[in-house]
Amino acid sequence: MKVSLFVTCLIDLFYTNAGKATVELLERLGCEVDFPEAQTCCGQPAYNSGYVKEAKEAMKQMMRAFAHADYVVTPSGSCAAMVKEYPHLFHGDPEWEEEAKQLAAKTYELTQFLVDVLKVEDVGASLHGRATYHTSCHMTRLLGVKEAPLCLLKNVKGLELVPLPNAHQCCGFGGTFSVKMGPISEQMVDEKIAHIEEVDADYLIGADCGCLMNIGGRIERLGKPIRVMHIAEVLNQRK
Amino acid sequence: MPMKIENGPFWKRVEENLHNDFMRGAVAGMQDRGYVRRLGVIEELGHWEEWRSLAEQIRKHTLENLDFYLMQLSENVAKRGGHVFFAQTAEEANDYIRRVALEKQAKKIVKSKSMVTEEINLNPVLEAIGCQVVETDLGEYILQIDDHDPPSHIVGPALHKNKEQIRDVFQRKLGYTKSSDPVELARHAREMLRRDYLTADIGITGCNFAIAESGSITLVTNEGNADLVTALPKTQITVMGMERIVPTFEEMEVLVSMLTRSAVGQKLTSYITVLTGPRDEGDVDGPEEFHLVIVDNGRSSILGTEFQPVLQCIRCAACVNVCPVYRHIGGHSYGSIYSGPIGAVLSPLLGGYDDYKELPYASSLCAACTEACPVKIPLHELLIKHRQIIVEREGKAPAAEKLAMKAFRLGTASPSLYRFGTKLAPSAFAPFAEDGRITKGPGPLKAWTESREFPAPSKERFRDWFQTRQKGGNPS
Repeated sequence: MKVSLFVTCLIDLFYTNAGKATVELLERLGCEVDFPEAQTCCGQPAYNSGYVKEAKEAMKQMMRAFAHADYVVTPSGSCAAMVKEYPHLFHGDPEWEEEAKQLAAKTYELTQFLVDVLKVEDVGASLHGRATYHTSCHMTRLLGVKEAPLCLLKNVKGLELVPLPNAHQCCGFGGTFSVKMGPISEQMVDEKIAHIEEVDADYLIGADCGCLMNIGGRIERLGKPIRVMHIAEVLNQRK
Repeated sequence: MPMKIENGPFWKRVEENLHNDFMRGAVAGMQDRGYVRRLGVIEELGHWEEWRSLAEQIRKHTLENLDFYLMQLSENVAKRGGHVFFAQTAEEANDYIRRVALEKQAKKIVKSKSMVTEEINLNPVLEAIGCQVVETDLGEYILQIDDHDPPSHIVGPALHKNKEQIRDVFQRKLGYTKSSDPVELARHAREMLRRDYLTADIGITGCNFAIAESGSITLVTNEGNADLVTALPKTQITVMGMERIVPTFEEMEVLVSMLTRSAVGQKLTSYITVLTGPRDEGDVDGPEEFHLVIVDNGRSSILGTEFQPVLQCIRCAACVNVCPVYRHIGGHSYGSIYSGPIGAVLSPLLGGYDDYKELPYASSLCAACTEACPVKIPLHELLIKHRQIIVEREGKAPAAEKLAMKAFRLGTASPSLYRFGTKLAPSAFAPFAEDGRITKGPGPLKAWTESREFPAPSKERFRDWFQTRQKGGNPS
């Protein structure tokens, strides 16, 4: 199966390991991975800040970049949710409406793709330790992917998965919210970290690098001994 | 209390409230208990998503035919001997109610809970003509005697006060001598209020839902105060926002169930009262005269715009109760009697962007509000629409942000510019980075690094790794 990877700007620039793990994992599961070089960003930073015109230019570039893809897979629930919004945003636009619908229909978040399309629940990964999973808001509420990541993590050998108290609560990232409303965002992430500590987790696992950058950045600042990992990295561990 | 709470600029309010540990504990406790309770009654009802769709349909249908239902409602109220007044503005509503009070030579007025009378700032108008106005909802009563402390939650207005603070207020203002036991406190308020009900000339209520087919109004409480407000005084005035209407009893029943489950996690509240017009011959109680004041105050200008869904609101505060931002900053930070996500959407529409331009940004867009809303208002999407208006029409966005977004457009619309720009990132950030992280960021990163480390851009971008790998090098 041929899969086109939408790696997201955060992973392209900062969290390259999550991107590499995604490629290796997909290949191990029999996919041929292609990386359309013309991809940039899903447009979310501009869209959520109210710069809709600017965002739409990025979105058009995405539609051009993935025009020939069969499946678009992305290791981010939030970016996938943004792409799923394209048809709504280009509704009534004769040039782009159809493209928007097509891209939205063939785009999958990574864990969703593994479980729903590849029908894999055990990827043969192993990682030793106690972990908790952060259910990112856009992935669960906007994209509606709740079970797939947990399903995959439950089958990781050696991993003790413990539920995160108040898991439904936002970590305080929210894109530009984290800088515009810094002091509020800080309180939110501190509460999230308190809950992670409450369950005594060695690993915090997530499927969105935005949330992980926020939670991880605060954990580093506070010097807490919690390791933050993208779910692709966990699923690609084979020790 | 007008809609706007005069308590300083946004960041001053937020800073003060972030340091209010008691308030934050109370709000978090309410949210956590409420979350479990609400999910419990939703589960018990079953088919929640279908109920939400039905409730949304009812609200949308009503708003699309609002002119028809308002006419039907007013005709039916008149048929039953009531008076209807359409107030376009807050002033018109207040003038009308003042005229009624003057005509009745009212000395004392009892009120049950009503957000719209707060919005139009009714109480001072009545006090100015010498009326004593008594709030009878326990939360509102506490705030009123505490020198008009503003409400911090649309359903539980005194949420920010604990029982010791309430005892202190009662001691100071009512000569209360007993303990901070909630039962004793409530009993005292009840004794005080009982005298007021018996001696009031006018009862003023809000309105959860007006029923067009019968000209009735529905009042939902847990305290029963609205029943005394409407049963004892000779004159009743009900004030409603013009959108708070349902076609028939059937839709009322659906929405009341959605309201009580979403607001307080109860199947039903202790009292749900439907009243139609003044006392009929043979009735044992009820007012001799009934006035229905239907308030527009900016609502009709929301109709027909992209913000119309906000008028679906049934004021349950489910969005407030799940909002992680409200959780930390509390209601007073919003500077409006309408707080939380619904307040962040509604306040700029009713009160303008000058006073409320920060509110649409006081959200991480986590969509917990949208998910909780029993009538499916896309709250987080409406917040984005506000942001779009602030950027495009109001021109209130900061210059640095505009510049950054211009760069974003250029960089993301052109793959070659994107590749070029991102290639430069590691060296651009190099002076600030140490051990792969940035502790003190420049420019817009500064706000981030106030509380968090920022990752230094990777030396090799993902796309470079992928390309090298495709060419057969760098197999890992």
